[in-house]
Amino acid sequence: MIAWPLPPDTLDETDRRILDALQEGFPLTSRPFAAAGAALGLAEGEMIERIAALREMGAITRFGPFFDAAAMGGDFCLCAMAVPAGRFQEVAALLNRRCEVEHACERSHALNMWFVLAVETADDIDRLATEIESESGLAILRFPELAAFFVGFGVRA
Amino acid sequence: MSIDAIDRRLLAATQAGLPLTPEPYAELGRWLDLGEEEVIDRLASMQARGVIRRIALAPNHDALGLPANGVSVWDVLDSEVERLGPQVGALAFVGHCCLRPRFLPLWPYNLFAMLHGAGREEVEEKRAVIARLLGPACRGQDILYSTRILKKTGMRLKKTEP
Repeated sequence: MIAWPLPPDTLDETDRRILDALQEGFPLTSRPFAAAGAALGLAEGEMIERIAALREMGAITRFGPFFDAAAMGGDFCLCAMAVPAGRFQEVAALLNRRCEVEHACERSHALNMWFVLAVETADDIDRLATEIESESGLAILRFPELAAFFVGFGVRA
Repeated sequence: MSIDAIDRRLLAATQAGLPLTPEPYAELGRWLDLGEEEVIDRLASMQARGVIRRIALAPNHDALGLPANGVSVWDVLDSEVERLGPQVGALAFVGHCCLRPRFLPLWPYNLFAMLHGAGREEVEEKRAVIARLLGPACRGQDILYSTRILKKTGMRLKKTEP
């Protein structure tokens, strides 16, 4: 999925407040839209309509539970590839077809394609990376986390 | 730690997004033949166990206008990285910070620190603060700006049962 920037006035102030607030979390209660809306001074119906519109226009990539592969008995690993410029779209499409690719972005470096593999079984990382290597004909560098030095409160990429 | 078959069905059912109805957990329950209370209890339990990091919304930064985000990467002496890594991670403006393997000669960097800012100038200021903190223990550095988000879905489960 490659989204193009929406025109800058597409979202109003209320839309932006909803996006900011719901990034932090969403209530696990019987009427969560009413509860989340109350905190923003919005009625339940308006919350639902606005979120539906935001989703429709592509302003939301995901709304719901975010899983942690490691806590499920699986694993995740940051990976990088050096993709020749002419093959970039093709390799991006190849990654997009894989449900185990959690996040992919282009970065300004010779290693220009970065992505996270998340799998439900720990040894699947290597099997999967090898599969993608043979499909693409490109080497995948695996960057597992060896030690975490405090996971800060900054916005995650 | 793992999840049972019902938990898994519940996660799989929410992957495309929570239903946009006044009672989304009751609606999920109807899809899966579970009561609303059981849906909420199971989601709460998975959140408590860390299987669910959070229930939330992820904005599409690419569509909304991407704030600058860069992975700053540092080649820090092995003898110093265990001491300095936590100091970098403790800086309030640093997102995720961790130790990762080097791939010499292509990739000499072992310390990764995520930086965000309204623009690249702000990110560069933050990067300079880290450089001063690391001092002579740092032999090289780079920053990789995100130029395009190609996919950001959060982890997805396969459709078939494992």
